[in-house]
Amino acid sequence: MNNFWIIFFHTYLSKLKTKSFIITTIITVLIVVGLANMTNIINFFDKGEGKDTIAVIDESSTLVEPLQQQLKASNSEIELEAYKDGEEKAEKAVEDGDYKGLLVLSLDSEGLPVATYKAMSISDSASVTAIQTGLQQIKTQMAAGKINLTSEQLAKLYEPVEMEQIALEENAKTAEELNQARGLVYVLLFVIYFAVILYANMIAMEVATEKSSRVMEILISSVSPIKQMFAKILGICLLSLTQMAVLLGVGYISIKRNLESMEGGFFSVFGFGDVPVSTIIYAVVFFILGYFLYATLAAFLGSLVSRIEDVQQMITPMTMMVVAGFMIAMFGLSQPDTPFVTVTSYIPFFTPMLMFMRVGMLTLPAWEPILGLVILLVTIIILAVFGARVYRGGVLMYGKSNSFKDIKKALQLTKSEK
Amino acid sequence: MVLKIENVSKRFGSFTAVNDLSITIPEKEMFGFLGANGAGKTTTFRMILGLLDASKGKITWDGKPIDYSTSSVIGYLPEERGLYPKLKVRDQLVYLARLRGMNKQDALAELKIWLERFKVPEYLDKRVEELSKGNQQKIQFIAAVLHKPKLLILDEPFSGLDPVNVELLKSAVIELKEQGTTIVFSSHRMEHVEEMCENLCIMHHGSPVVHGSLKDIKRSFGKKNLVIHADFDLSGFDNYPGVTKVKRTPEGVHLQIEGEYVAERILKDIVGKGFIRRFVLEEPSLNDIFIEKVGASYE
Repeated sequence: MNNFWIIFFHTYLSKLKTKSFIITTIITVLIVVGLANMTNIINFFDKGEGKDTIAVIDESSTLVEPLQQQLKASNSEIELEAYKDGEEKAEKAVEDGDYKGLLVLSLDSEGLPVATYKAMSISDSASVTAIQTGLQQIKTQMAAGKINLTSEQLAKLYEPVEMEQIALEENAKTAEELNQARGLVYVLLFVIYFAVILYANMIAMEVATEKSSRVMEILISSVSPIKQMFAKILGICLLSLTQMAVLLGVGYISIKRNLESMEGGFFSVFGFGDVPVSTIIYAVVFFILGYFLYATLAAFLGSLVSRIEDVQQMITPMTMMVVAGFMIAMFGLSQPDTPFVTVTSYIPFFTPMLMFMRVGMLTLPAWEPILGLVILLVTIIILAVFGARVYRGGVLMYGKSNSFKDIKKALQLTKSEK
Repeated sequence: MVLKIENVSKRFGSFTAVNDLSITIPEKEMFGFLGANGAGKTTTFRMILGLLDASKGKITWDGKPIDYSTSSVIGYLPEERGLYPKLKVRDQLVYLARLRGMNKQDALAELKIWLERFKVPEYLDKRVEELSKGNQQKIQFIAAVLHKPKLLILDEPFSGLDPVNVELLKSAVIELKEQGTTIVFSSHRMEHVEEMCENLCIMHHGSPVVHGSLKDIKRSFGKKNLVIHADFDLSGFDNYPGVTKVKRTPEGVHLQIEGEYVAERILKDIVGKGFIRRFVLEEPSLNDIFIEKVGASYE
């Protein structure tokens, strides 16, 4: 077998078998399954607790009933219970844990409801908000009754304005499509961001480990450093795709199983119901190219350090670049067509995230993403050629070497003066 | 198949690591490569292996330059030892042998034979980081020879080993040589080189200061050692004509002299002064030559 493939499979298989890789994958899978089953999990825990009971002292004795009905209408699990033995005893009961809280209701001078809520701690804003909303409704009705408004008139008053957004550009995305795209792009941006940081790190570590353990000297006397570098990059690429496939597979299955329970929930916001194929293809293409760009960069930065401890320091500028790209992309999600985003999307280090975000969100003429891809590809090739030369010299350099001056030194080592 | 180094120089910027080195090493020979630290040995080895390009001159093996297409016939034991600490001996040696063109089964079979020979068959499934330094060195040596190279480069093969293991490795190296492997090896231990190599070269600041067969080198060095043990006072040699070095020992003196004629004169002078237990004229050791040629500039 060709040496390239030997290194490729060695990198892939030996990484695949490491405990850290298996554990990370399992944990991530658990998180994905957990997220997909979130509603079930929350329900499960809620069932155990049962309903919250709140003691009510109603001085007007006309408010408890309508409030309870309001709460029921809004699906709240709060149970109101009229308390007759006076406020002091009620407070005592709350302190003893018999009730979650004490609600004192009364009417003010204009005959409108006023309330005081007492509880051991007022950290539970959910039940307070529910009660407040309920009371607000009652107050609105009572006030409306005072000026002789019918409930139909009241409903008219609160009806939202009808407003529709229509894009005039041909093929432009409708508001609904845009929302869907935003969710999807958001998720995929996260995937690209984490994958690039995670796997680029892995490559830099791998190279630095081989160098610091000095096994590198044997390796480069058997196989050319350039072959090694690309075999390693591709090996880790396959590894990343394996991990992604596992996660996406598990995610897809668990989402499918829970689809009914989530209808109209979290996931419909993210537009997973109907995903445009082109967005997925762009995501894969930009993911792979982004990976190669940063992996090549990481490999050659990794080849410059001689101790594993220095790896992080060396690749920090690179990580910063990824973070910057991600930040701009996040900002751009709400304003994808600002000139700033447009311009930065052609800078190769940002292209994988920004151009993808624009393609997903806007209706771009075909040449724009293609131009971005071409620039990205050319950069990768230049970086690969340059990186391979630095790598070749860098792996032979030992000593205190963690500055960018070493790039020059490494190139000098490679240079033949024939 | 001859390893030819012709007028090779290597410069790093303004620093010259190797200067105009020419060596020819015939097939099936063991060639000693000596030099103080920083003399340019490792740089020369790296140039032989094609890891570094020579600034001037050329290096050929069997008339062809050495590159990655010939890597399967070359074995290399670097001075800086290193293996994957987390990998099992089996996995990494098979991996390294496969990179040098061996197939999996042969590599594993050969590896078992070598471990058996070094009396450590139980290391096959151990991680390298679990082994002691000396044992790691054995594994590293196996990594260099597993694929049966025709040209073997050993950079300090015996450093850090106990005497028993030195013998074990030495006999393995000699056997490889008898099987027809051309071996270039460097060492700081002169007695190893003296014992094993017919030809050698001493590097100093990038240039070869001594080069040739061991016998010729010793002969042309001229100086000899004279050991005298006697019951009477042996002082007074410090300014004796023809004596270049004096070292006092509890039993007498060790002298370095310019030639046999000096020994004759000394013998005439001391006969009759008392009982002479010992009077031996010795060939200079490689150690003496090395110190003379290289050490002088340190003083």
